[in-house]
Amino acid sequence: MTVYLDHAATSPMPDDVLATYADALRLVGNPASIHGQGQRAKHTLESAREQVASSLGAEPVEVVFTSGGTESVNLAIKGLFWARSPRRRVLVARGEHHATVDSAEWLERVEGAEVEWVPIDEHGRIRLDALAESLRARANDIALVTLLWANNEVGTLQPIDEVVALAAQYGVPVHCDAVAAYGYVPIDFDSSGLAALSVSAHKIGGPVGVGALLLSRTASVEALLHGGNQQRARSGTQDAAGAAAFAAAAARLERCDLYDPARMRALRDRLIADVQAAVPDAVLRGHPELRLPGNAHFTFPGCEGDSLLFLLDMAGFSVSTGSACQAGVPEASHVLLAMGVPESEARGALRITLGPETTEDELAHFVRALPAAVEQARAAGLADRAPSLGR
Amino acid sequence: MSGGVDSAVAAARAVDAGHDVVGVHLALSRMPGTLRTGSRGCCTIEDSMDAQRAANLIGIPYYVWDFSERFKLDVVDDFIDEYRAGRTPNPCMRCNEKIKFAALLEKALALGFDAVCTGHYAKVVSGADGRRELHRAAAWAKDQSYVLGVLTEQQLAHAMFPLGDTPSKDEVRAEAAARGFSVASKPDSHDICFIPDGDTRGWLEERVGAEPGAILDREGARIGTHPGAHAYTVGQRKGLSIGFPAPDGRPRFVLEVRPKTNEVVVGPREALDVALIAGRKYSWAGLGPIESGIAEASEGGCAEFECHVQIRAHAEPVPATASVRPIDPADYADGSAAISASRMNETDASYEMRIVPREPLNGVAPGQTAVVYVGERVLGQCTIDRTRSAIPVH
Repeated sequence: MTVYLDHAATSPMPDDVLATYADALRLVGNPASIHGQGQRAKHTLESAREQVASSLGAEPVEVVFTSGGTESVNLAIKGLFWARSPRRRVLVARGEHHATVDSAEWLERVEGAEVEWVPIDEHGRIRLDALAESLRARANDIALVTLLWANNEVGTLQPIDEVVALAAQYGVPVHCDAVAAYGYVPIDFDSSGLAALSVSAHKIGGPVGVGALLLSRTASVEALLHGGNQQRARSGTQDAAGAAAFAAAAARLERCDLYDPARMRALRDRLIADVQAAVPDAVLRGHPELRLPGNAHFTFPGCEGDSLLFLLDMAGFSVSTGSACQAGVPEASHVLLAMGVPESEARGALRITLGPETTEDELAHFVRALPAAVEQARAAGLADRAPSLGR
Repeated sequence: MSGGVDSAVAAARAVDAGHDVVGVHLALSRMPGTLRTGSRGCCTIEDSMDAQRAANLIGIPYYVWDFSERFKLDVVDDFIDEYRAGRTPNPCMRCNEKIKFAALLEKALALGFDAVCTGHYAKVVSGADGRRELHRAAAWAKDQSYVLGVLTEQQLAHAMFPLGDTPSKDEVRAEAAARGFSVASKPDSHDICFIPDGDTRGWLEERVGAEPGAILDREGARIGTHPGAHAYTVGQRKGLSIGFPAPDGRPRFVLEVRPKTNEVVVGPREALDVALIAGRKYSWAGLGPIESGIAEASEGGCAEFECHVQIRAHAEPVPATASVRPIDPADYADGSAAISASRMNETDASYEMRIVPREPLNGVAPGQTAVVYVGERVLGQCTIDRTRSAIPVH
């Protein structure tokens, strides 16, 4: 039996969400069609929009359904940049998700943007003094500020209120990537002062391929996709079934019997204590308190994260190194490097992320299996760095 | 699992034989390309996907392990150093020696595995006493025992080659098709994997630089200018651009590359014939000739024994005698024969393997590997440090 501790990668779809999804897939009709069947599809879609909006403290008109977090982030960053032309500067926190990093670098390369990377501290929190300084210098030329609500690797929560307040002094819109935070911490879009916010359905038990960009009434973006204007800022036939399933997952967030972040936090705190007792030199990364309730992230000195991941996988535990992969090749995390962790230590990273169904027993099994895996990964790490065969 | 047909079938056969198998794809480049172009390139994302598809079909776990740093140090940098030293290295052998059956094998052993299983065409044979021997594959046309000749007994003890007994590659492709592998008809890879466009000369020029220097004839007379000695390989005929024919009107070939003086020596084809090759970096693939009862001990090395020598992956083996003897320092006085700095510390420089072919070998360059066979068995190998021409300079 495999224990799934990688909910930050994707969270399994609960049965009731799956049932809603399957039922909605059977509906005939394009929501843009005028006939009765089209109208029923449109009703399914708009009900879903209301539910998703409600789960984020937003109005339905502020919800633009997308194909997922990556599209949402691309639309927010590129769309705000274009809409705010001729302003050229984009302020991006360091250690962001690759959807943000790559979008910003693309704007720099292709559209002549000037990207300014705002440093983060050793816990992964944005340096507000540096942000204030960057905003003050050439404020008139800043198109947007973008940052994570919570870091997807180390789980650190960002001071969104302070960032928005700083940016508001200069009238600069802020986009927040809340893909990792959604469902785990309360998000109230309308009181946040954010111009835009990205979320994804599959991180909360909805289907992959559905997400949303929340776009405040006052913000405007240039569209990425053209061809029909089915939604504000996005063209393309709308996915009523995907939206319905997204809404079903969002509805669960409001029921603490199904979805209880406080319970997750208690389990996670126990996990951190147990891991540190079992492997005394494990280093907790990210902020000790201001972090997502389901996230525990460690580096294990002398280990390669991929060896550790392999051994734990063989022992029946699905975990992650947390960092981006290309064709399955793990790289030292740019988040940890931006936090000032040396590369040799960053390579020994392991991210354990809990979900609503994670049990105390599962975590206890994990903690029992961990020390042997760490010891073996350490031996493999030494072999990797200084092989003695073939010398 | 490279993403090719051979390793996919090897993995499937290992599973069929009852082993507990995990598929591993080696990431050898920090900047992998996305797609292959023909038979060139290596460890692209497409290759990784192909390998994963095969692993999924076989029903085994699959991982990508990153050896790009070790590969750069042990294979790519070594390749550059060797060319810089005027030698012609074989990076595939280096990869088998340092990566597949060293870094990978050691990591695998540490993680609890027993062996590295690859799609190489060669056989590991256990002798009566359980000692491992490396033998040629049943499919002579595909035989890869040459590029595995660097493996030692310790490495062979943890190596598995399930394709060794298969009589032909066609049979492997047919089996792949029958197993439903999408890679059944994928082209074989050749050339050097880390030089994706196949332009070795241009690639080296970027890294080694190019200084024009003299082209000399065998008597030492300057007969032309070359754009950079590193681009020349012993035996090469094309691209000399001397501009006038040899006095006898016959084509000229590169006989020697002298990186220290940036000189290239050319001469007639028969001057490429070599009557002796020797190298100080040698190893035995299993028991050595003395323990195998093939040769007598002599002067701390071993006396002459009969063998066949092969100097390239697909060269014909040539009957020869081989021995291991103390070096004559005079043979190594010339700087061009020196071991490159990157490998000096690995070599016991006081002995050399000396191989005398029964018929002259053509186009042997220092840096190449001479693999010594006794019948089907790979006995050992040496990296060639020096050669002696069959035809003395007049």
